[in-house]
Amino acid sequence: MENLLLQALSGLASASSLFLVASGLTVIFGVSRVVNFAHGSLYMLGAYLAFTLVTQLPRGHLGFWGGVVGAAIIVGLIGVVVEVLLLRRIYRAPELFQLLATFGVVLIVQDLALMTWGAQDLLGPRAPGLRGSTEILGLRFPLYELFLIGVGPVVLGLLWLLFHRTRWGTLVRAATQDREMVGALGVNQRMLFTSVFFLGSLLAGLGGALQLPRESVNLHMDLSIITEAFVVVVVGGLGSLSGAALAALLIGELHAFGILVLPKITLVLVFLVMALVLVVRPHGLLGKPEAAARGGQGSAAPLIGPAPPALRRLGLAALAVAVLLPPFLGDYALSVLTEMAILVLFAASLHLIMGPGGMASFGHAAYFGLGAYGAALAGQWLGAPMLAGLALAPLAAGIFGLVFGFFCVRLSGVYAAMLTLAFAQIAWSVAFQWVELTGGDNGILGVWPDRWAAPKLVYYYLALVLCLGATLLLRRVIHAPFGYALRAQRDSTLRAEAIGIDAFRIRWLGFGLAAAAAGIAGGLFAYAKGSVFPTYMDIPRSVDALLMVLLGGVHTLSGPIVGALALTGLQEQLVRITDYWRLVLGSIIVLLVLFFPQGLAGAARARWEARHGDA
Amino acid sequence: MLSVSGLSAYYGRAQILDDVALEVGAGEVVVLLGRNGAGKSTTMKAIMGLVPPAAGSVRFDGAEIAGREPFEIARRGLGYVPEERRIFTELSVLENLEVGRRPATAALRPWTPERLFALFPSLGSMQDRPGGRMSGGEQQMLTIARTLMGNPKLILLDEPSEGLAPVIIERMAEAIRALKAEGLSILLSEQNLHFAQAVSDRATIIEKGRIRWSGTIPELLAADEVREQYLSV
Ligand SMILES: Nc1ncnc2c1ncn2[C@@H]1O[C@H](COP(=O)(O)OP(=O)(O)OP(=O)(O)O)[C@@H](O)[C@H]1O
Ligand SMILES: [Mg+2]
Repeated sequence: MENLLLQALSGLASASSLFLVASGLTVIFGVSRVVNFAHGSLYMLGAYLAFTLVTQLPRGHLGFWGGVVGAAIIVGLIGVVVEVLLLRRIYRAPELFQLLATFGVVLIVQDLALMTWGAQDLLGPRAPGLRGSTEILGLRFPLYELFLIGVGPVVLGLLWLLFHRTRWGTLVRAATQDREMVGALGVNQRMLFTSVFFLGSLLAGLGGALQLPRESVNLHMDLSIITEAFVVVVVGGLGSLSGAALAALLIGELHAFGILVLPKITLVLVFLVMALVLVVRPHGLLGKPEAAARGGQGSAAPLIGPAPPALRRLGLAALAVAVLLPPFLGDYALSVLTEMAILVLFAASLHLIMGPGGMASFGHAAYFGLGAYGAALAGQWLGAPMLAGLALAPLAAGIFGLVFGFFCVRLSGVYAAMLTLAFAQIAWSVAFQWVELTGGDNGILGVWPDRWAAPKLVYYYLALVLCLGATLLLRRVIHAPFGYALRAQRDSTLRAEAIGIDAFRIRWLGFGLAAAAAGIAGGLFAYAKGSVFPTYMDIPRSVDALLMVLLGGVHTLSGPIVGALALTGLQEQLVRITDYWRLVLGSIIVLLVLFFPQGLAGAARARWEARHGDA
Repeated sequence: MLSVSGLSAYYGRAQILDDVALEVGAGEVVVLLGRNGAGKSTTMKAIMGLVPPAAGSVRFDGAEIAGREPFEIARRGLGYVPEERRIFTELSVLENLEVGRRPATAALRPWTPERLFALFPSLGSMQDRPGGRMSGGEQQMLTIARTLMGNPKLILLDEPSEGLAPVIIERMAEAIRALKAEGLSILLSEQNLHFAQAVSDRATIIEKGRIRWSGTIPELLAADEVREQYLSV
């Protein structure tokens, strides 16, 4: 009983902190329609800056609270810089581009923080005056936690006043619904957006700074908080402040009691709730359906035509190299090439969803990982030989793809991206927390190919044949009637249904097919590495997939192939030449989104067509 | 006051406006007539900068405004009342007016919520009602009132009679005449000739993105073949 009370209180404290971060995220989304991945990075910066300020300023109340508030304000200003330099330019871009661009910022901030504060965890001082604990109904409870419990409602109240009792707030609420109209009434949207970003970032910074007395400051704070904040914001309803408060409460308590009741599945639980809410209420608890794209989204995507002859020749040349060169290469180079072949298929499978399918997936790594785990588990528990494992991989991934896809393909835009992310996180948490089955963080080791395929060269050719075959198959699918139906429903669901296409079924099958293809890639990857880990389906890997597709360009078939090769090549090189490869990669992502929104292959193709005047 | 010439505009690759020209003098009400899809709304959006003009000139109050951003154009005293009304449904009537509020610059009498409630009495009785819970006619009045709060010198009024009951249309016509009496210039777009002729001084006819005819209202009423060719019955 007592334990329950303590648990409830500590749940409230977490809810409060979560609300600070989530409120900033949801306010920013409401106005700009940008899902800001970098929000977690701002939170982390808040904690680091507070650490520096608090330890540099004189001790005592002024030093501590001055440091916390100072950190929040600095983070607010950093948010302004990000908005002005980056986000302002991509407000009209598709959601996935925005997510990707802000993920680029995440990478950049990670390395900048590493450079500035180093890799070790930092422990901040406790809050003066709130060091001890107090008695509640005969139980000892830390004062600082109690203070945090109070902060949430106070901030909620202040935000409410700000949004309902000031002209600025009225303008922001109006812009949340129809920013173009607000502009036509003479309001400078740029100033408005920038000020909203300042507020949202400040809240993230404050949330981070207030963690200082609670936990150590480290470089993983960004991704762990952003996934939770996403959950809160999506469960509450994107853009809804009261929704965020409600959801923060729900998730905070879920965590607190989940640990008591089901310590093994706390992570899964949170994402399960998110998935459930999105399935039952696609716009979150208190969210509203998005108004039909007001001043958003560009025009319909161009049709995919056959590759120009030069590109075709280039492709054949690359293929010749891929077939003829390897016998002369060493083991390391062969591993790299094997991985490239696998990632080409992985990228091509995501491309099917995003390009012709016109759907958003922010959790494609789930199917890659499910394929890998399917193969590895079959080997470990059933003693299945490699070929059986490789056959099982697409089956496992495909089945889960159909199950998850059944829900995902009903949603669109940000909500679809978030639901795919939720499912991916569920898969990831199961792999991470179901230690008995999956070995948890330690993964499953000893997933080696059968003896005949053990030589690296043989395995490479096996991977090449399977990946190339599957990729060509996907290509065929795109040009088959199924592919036309897929594109028809992307361009206009109404028109597609009018000519007798069952849009839902087509999307669903497309999703399942892509998942199965990703599963093949995952299975091959498992045997290539000899092991599987939960990281095979974590967020960074989903981002890798997106990056490969967008790097190459969504609107060409060669895009994902070029993208996969470019990204693996790039990462390979970067890791070798610099410790700060994230900084470089992040900057490349940002520049890419800003200057080559149609991707490398897309840009090359546009040039080619411009030069040769073929339409 | 407003002088448009050579204006063209595109949606993607489709050319919607081609060499559009029109004039609105100070204190004048000019109606842009045309069938569905003729390009009336696009003309207004292009003037307002909501659709970027591809070519041509838009001069307002002595300055070139083509290529400027909508908020700058609004600040110069050009008000826009969209066809779809675009009321902020979450905001109350008073808050909707607040969003439109801008300091008075014109020589015209500045607008206040009180004066607007006198012009549109039904709004006055629902000041705290959310915009989403108003009838179509009430929303139409609110969208006009909201734009007037910016104290514009000229307003672009896109099909204000669309979808309204005859009684409400009659009241709308009175309001427009009252605005004209205040000295406000108005560019109106309409399909409803009956309504248009009751409030306008001059008419310009657009069809497939091109201006086909311009003249005074009496001239239009005399030109049967023009009406038959360009305006649906
Ligand atoms: N967002 C858009 N994208 C592409 N084409 C558009 C868009 N909006 C309008 N059009 C096209 O532009 C042309 C002119 O449309 P516009 O809305 O200006 O006509 P209108 O005269 O205002 O018609 P209505 O009386 O129906 O309001 C039409 O052919 C229409 O289909
Ligand atoms: Mg129109």
